[in-house]
Amino acid sequence: MTVLPPLRGKAVDLTGTFARFPIPADVHLPPYRRRELSLLLFAGLLATAALAAVVLAVDGKITTSVFVYGLGFSALWGVAHLAVRRFAPAADPVLLPLVAALNGLGLVMIYRLDLAKVEAAEKAGRKIPSGVAPLQMIWTLLALVVFVLVLAVIRDHKTLSRYAYTAGLVGLVFLVLPAMPVFGATINGARLWLRVGPFTFQPSEISKIILMVFFAGYLVNKREVLSVASRSFLGIHFPRARDLGPVLVAWLASLGVLVVEKDLGSSLLFFGMFLVILYVATERASWVLIGLALFSLGAVISYHLFGHVQVRVDGWLHAFDGDNPTSTSYQLVQGLFGFAAGEITGTGLGQGSPQRVPFANTDFIVASIGEELGLAGIMAILVIYGLVVTRGLRAALGARDPFGKMLATGLAASFALQVFVQVGGVMRLIPLTGLTLPFISYGGSSIVSNAAIIALLLRISDSYRRPGPATPAAPLFDPNAVADSPTQAVRTT
Amino acid sequence: MSGSQPSDLVLLVVKISFLALLWLFVLAAVRAVRADMFGPTKRQRQNVQGLGHGAAAQPAPVPAHPARPAPPPAGPQNAPASRRARTPSKLVVTKGHLAGTILPLGPAPVTIGRAQDSTLVLEDDFASARHARLVPHDGQWFVEDLGSTNGTYLDRTKVTSPMPVPLGAPVRIGKTVLELHR
Repeated sequence: MTVLPPLRGKAVDLTGTFARFPIPADVHLPPYRRRELSLLLFAGLLATAALAAVVLAVDGKITTSVFVYGLGFSALWGVAHLAVRRFAPAADPVLLPLVAALNGLGLVMIYRLDLAKVEAAEKAGRKIPSGVAPLQMIWTLLALVVFVLVLAVIRDHKTLSRYAYTAGLVGLVFLVLPAMPVFGATINGARLWLRVGPFTFQPSEISKIILMVFFAGYLVNKREVLSVASRSFLGIHFPRARDLGPVLVAWLASLGVLVVEKDLGSSLLFFGMFLVILYVATERASWVLIGLALFSLGAVISYHLFGHVQVRVDGWLHAFDGDNPTSTSYQLVQGLFGFAAGEITGTGLGQGSPQRVPFANTDFIVASIGEELGLAGIMAILVIYGLVVTRGLRAALGARDPFGKMLATGLAASFALQVFVQVGGVMRLIPLTGLTLPFISYGGSSIVSNAAIIALLLRISDSYRRPGPATPAAPLFDPNAVADSPTQAVRTT
Repeated sequence: MSGSQPSDLVLLVVKISFLALLWLFVLAAVRAVRADMFGPTKRQRQNVQGLGHGAAAQPAPVPAHPARPAPPPAGPQNAPASRRARTPSKLVVTKGHLAGTILPLGPAPVTIGRAQDSTLVLEDDFASARHARLVPHDGQWFVEDLGSTNGTYLDRTKVTSPMPVPLGAPVRIGKTVLELHR
């Protein structure tokens, strides 16, 4: 049961209220959850402040609806907090608030871009477009439902390892589903979406998690073989040819995604994820070298074979050359101008013009944030992402079973890779790929799958923070076995 | 775009204070991470002793639940200050596959072995499925070998009967070395 020492002031009532929420009776709680609650309230405050700043800058006054939205947002994540209290009472206290803060900033930014679109439409005398912020709010709600479900259903992450191969199959099916003629839908040149009625969904986001379960489960069984059976050549350990199978399959699958679905980002993410987890499992740098070599090979081949890859690379390398800034790399260059306009402290929320960048609320939301919050804001957000990743790796370090270790590492790495590929693309460090920024970008599938990732990380962190199961001490030996055994018991003093 | 626009000064103040708030949040999160990794700071601990509150909560009997017995130390954060000095509160793996793992010690015995249901699952060819266990008794932790093939060693002595484990003494199981820490 919770052990909540008295607090001062109003906090007493608040935590008192929450403390009555049931917690499994046999669990002795460290004070993690209260820390989580206070940080979560801070995140709610942050989101409310951001919304207030936007509304103040655009409308000139702050209305009470700002606080209603702020309270609603906090209440939404409060529900997630209660779920953690119930289902993973000893889980990491920092992850949830960090994610809530990112989500809050994302929602405000999406709303802000909606406002900009409305304004532009008013000026041009066009029909006023409906905003996507309410939609994203609904997706957030759905994401929290998924979050609670994952926590509630998966009581022990080790059970997942039993379904490793099933997960591998399901993951691959999800991955190729959009390529099917009936369900698939092509949006913005990438065939990544599933269309069911009016809704579109990106199944690769879900298969990311499912495949990670497979990778972790597979490598737990095979890591010894992969790391020990190797030949040394030039100081590098090379694995046996037949052990290369899984890597080649992963490589081919990610290339397949690139070819069939024309999605650079996902294929990069899948391959990178697999490489990280392979390295962690085997502790062999040779796997990384082989993977990077395969990656370079694949990159060169796809550059020469596919037009859409050439366009991306050309827009990246020659962003400011010729007529690129007005055609191929228009979006990228506008985003860079956004960063430049933001300088160190930004133009202030609601005062820039981030709507100039196409797809400002999905792929280019970093540029919008960079413009309005400046370098200072971007750095804060990247630090928050960094903290999320380190907490994921902390869960991996703490996990007592190899499967949990690898799953947590893989999930944290996929989160990190996604942020790197996304932000790196927008900042012109690497070619632009279409990934979403977890929890900030507009996009339903992304936020739902990332909520599931966080739920899994919380589950794993909960498993190692709880003191060992209170099993009654089993007898050291079976007395009957000793009684029946032919040996003589020798008494030692 | 309706109503009067606030002055530039107001907007500047709003902008800077929002960034300050953002960074304050980051700092608060970092502080929570820090407290989680290294335990409460000295000042927080003093607060706990002096006032009986704060982030470094200790399992003092809570007025709201008088019927429940005070729970035993469940983690580094909530070991009672008076007993902190002697009772180990965590099991640290210093060598082997799991090096760096820290296990909070509770009232329950800790089982160690290759079996998946052990508290500490070893991946070590030299460890048995149920290799050894650590059992608390009167504030002391005892190591007990569960009939392992390769034996359990406390420092350099082979564990044949339950032996008390002093703080910081290495317990060897296969390639893994464990230590009890405060």
